Amino acid sequence: MVGIKSYGAYIPRYRMNHNTIFMAVAFLGTFPPPGENAVANHDEDTLTMAVAAGIDCVSGMKREAVDGLYLATTSQPYMVRQNSALVATALDLQSNIRTADFVGSTKSGTTALLSALDTVKGEMSSNILVCASDCRLSKPGSPQESLYGDGAASLLVGSDDVIATFEGSYSVSYDFPDRWRASGEKFEHAWEDRFIRDSGYSQFISEVISGLLKKYNLNIKDFTKIVYPGLYAREHGAIAKRLGADPGQLQDTLLSTVGDTGSASPLMMLIAALEDAKPGDKILVTSFGNGGDALFFQVTEKIESVANKRAVKKHLNSKKDLASYEKYLAFRNLAPMDLGMRGEMSMRTPMSALFRERKVVLALCGSKCKKCGTPQYPYQRVCVNPDCGAIDQMEDYRFSDKKGVVFTYTGDNLAASIDPPSVYGLVDFDGGGRYWFDFTDCDLDSVKVGMQVEMTFRRRYVDESSGVHGYSWKATPIRA
Amino acid sequence: MAEGIKDKVAIIGMGCTKFGELWDKSAEDLMVDAFKECIEDAGIEKKDIDAAWFGVHFEEQSVGKGATPLSLTLKLPFIPVTRTENFCATGTEAFRGACYGVASGAYDVALALGVEKLKDTGYGGLPGGPNLLGTKSALINPKLTAPGAFAMMATRYFAVYGLNPEEGKRMLAKVSVKSHYNGARNPKAHLRREVTEEQIIKAPIIAWPLGLFDCCGVSDGSAAAIVTRADMAKKFRPDPISVKALQIALSSGEELMYTKWDGAHVETTYRGGMRAYKEAGVKNPREEISMAEVHDCFSITEAVTMEDLQFSPRGKVKEDIEAGRFNHDGPQPIQPDGGLKCFGHPIGASGLRMLYEMYKQLQGKAQLPERQLKNPKLGLTHNLGGFPPMNIVSIAIIGL
Repeated sequence: MVGIKSYGAYIPRYRMNHNTIFMAVAFLGTFPPPGENAVANHDEDTLTMAVAAGIDCVSGMKREAVDGLYLATTSQPYMVRQNSALVATALDLQSNIRTADFVGSTKSGTTALLSALDTVKGEMSSNILVCASDCRLSKPGSPQESLYGDGAASLLVGSDDVIATFEGSYSVSYDFPDRWRASGEKFEHAWEDRFIRDSGYSQFISEVISGLLKKYNLNIKDFTKIVYPGLYAREHGAIAKRLGADPGQLQDTLLSTVGDTGSASPLMMLIAALEDAKPGDKILVTSFGNGGDALFFQVTEKIESVANKRAVKKHLNSKKDLASYEKYLAFRNLAPMDLGMRGEMSMRTPMSALFRERKVVLALCGSKCKKCGTPQYPYQRVCVNPDCGAIDQMEDYRFSDKKGVVFTYTGDNLAASIDPPSVYGLVDFDGGGRYWFDFTDCDLDSVKVGMQVEMTFRRRYVDESSGVHGYSWKATPIRA
Repeated sequence: MAEGIKDKVAIIGMGCTKFGELWDKSAEDLMVDAFKECIEDAGIEKKDIDAAWFGVHFEEQSVGKGATPLSLTLKLPFIPVTRTENFCATGTEAFRGACYGVASGAYDVALALGVEKLKDTGYGGLPGGPNLLGTKSALINPKLTAPGAFAMMATRYFAVYGLNPEEGKRMLAKVSVKSHYNGARNPKAHLRREVTEEQIIKAPIIAWPLGLFDCCGVSDGSAAAIVTRADMAKKFRPDPISVKALQIALSSGEELMYTKWDGAHVETTYRGGMRAYKEAGVKNPREEISMAEVHDCFSITEAVTMEDLQFSPRGKVKEDIEAGRFNHDGPQPIQPDGGLKCFGHPIGASGLRMLYEMYKQLQGKAQLPERQLKNPKLGLTHNLGGFPPMNIVSIAIIGL
């Protein structure tokens, strides 16, 4: 049976309380509801979060078995240069795989999932990793600012050992102009909220769920959990009532803890539902955006063997309050900040070198000496072990999934950074290998020699002069 | 079996500009100033110079590539001029080239001149830029600065030897107090103010745990030397200074990428030092080296260098620092001219600046009576270019 084999998620460490936003932009007449949003760090974006969710999803599995990667988002950094191919490279997937970007609508997450299920059903691929991720830029003071949160969800679709079987789907599509962003524009435009709620949200979700129930001759009460985004809290409950569902069937929308994560939102809620699911549970997942998709899953006994996923729960509990709205603006490059002249020296990416070194730079791969067994980063042709020194006796070795310990570190106030001090240090990897890396998602005071760290894929720089978003790996304290 | 350089080459003249933030001086001005003092000291004319070696590191900030900046500025008459660049060992590399040039018999008289004009960048600290360590590093390395890279050695030293941050910072503060004392008494030094341990400890943090006074000056300056074969030296002056050892050691990659290096010392300094002592015939460096100018780009660098050069036992430098061993009136004065810390650090000139101080001290001509050390016999200079896990170390020993 085709279905979901594994799940993973990513929620950034920073949360911004809506009150922080309110205090900053209340003069504009913005009154956000209570709660907080997950806020990407300055070195995170859609792709870094997609990679993090993907790692959570495939952890403990053979990555060689993954033969497709579908990325869903509405906030992709590149319009040309396939974002999913970049994510697949960072995940160190094989090159003989199918990659595709699903963009332009917040329903793209479920559409990518449906496409993956179809692809596997059609026996065109065996294991497709679906990553849905959004890190949307909101205009300061806009309603979206407190509504949108940053995060990513990932599901591995396959036909064996599934934890939830795919039972059916129903879709509706409308050119619904609730929100739009034309090519080249930085911020979204939005029509009046009441129009979005009454003509879109409430209508489409009811329509797509009713359509699914009718198509498969189901009753809403058949579902253990019903997942659909909660853009409007009161209407979220009202839809369920009209459909005849009990409030207890509704999956928490994560709206006041993470925010609306766009294309990732329904999948993240599905993952949260799977975290609590029991064999036999039926789960209905619905997206909203230019219509919507409804998908129906049934949980299998395999659910009980899922282990070591951070998914939604662990990420929710691992957080740090971002108390400064000004810092948030700086992180998003929404207010020009002085980094000093040192900060004005930008990186000009040599693309041919980046492609040549893609495994080293984007996948954090080094080499392991076949003669003495020493792992080394970056890839070396001459073994670094002084007692070995073998030449060209190397095999590829991936460091991104290795943990390590802090060998030494500093917090640098001279280095240009939007979030000084710049923390970096040397990491000794479990199993061998040492290199220096930037550290992220940590406070200088919390870093200690000998502390355990893991590696995280991050945005290194944005070179606006040549339109390049540069990425590499950083070390971070073990998250959750 | 190689014989080494000992007593084959002598320094017959040296020059060194005042170091500092010399807004009114170009790199070319500094080169002329150092050269003028140098040939006057040697008692020679430009036409006596057979070949020259020219050291500059951040050429893009000042003179540009190649060695023509030296030949054009000094109007050298179509003689061979070679540019050297090896991070902070650049000046010593120029000196090494000149020494080997005359030692080989290819030339009678050679010039080594180093210069750096750092204060045309518009910001504090050394010139930066993502490509300092090459294209691949620019794509994967942390955004390192020099203070950050050396701060990591302090963090590590504290951890390896069980010093809490307060103890560690106090040990390092004493290093800087001494250098400021010496710099304050040196008219050519960049930073000429004495500071207290408390001032140092309370100063703003540049890169944890290093504060402002743990970092050396970023300066403009130039220094030069004229060398000749030892057998000719007395023709030029009665008190030539003999070259006893010239060594250079470079990281093999194992510090950064293998896991055996302890991070609390600099392997190249230790290895280079061992070779230099062998070349010079020094058996007990703690007793035989009268004085040294070492690469105190940061206070921690000087501290570990004392151990790597075997002036202090491993892990015990704190005791020597506390006992005042390296003070101007101590048994083994270090940085008598103020060091990089206070004399300043124009990269390409620093190695030659250190030699200038050793040369003058050995000749008993340290300008002011209160600066002159008592009867030094052997002086050592040490440069560390790059970062503790990947670097170039140059060591020179000169003596009477």
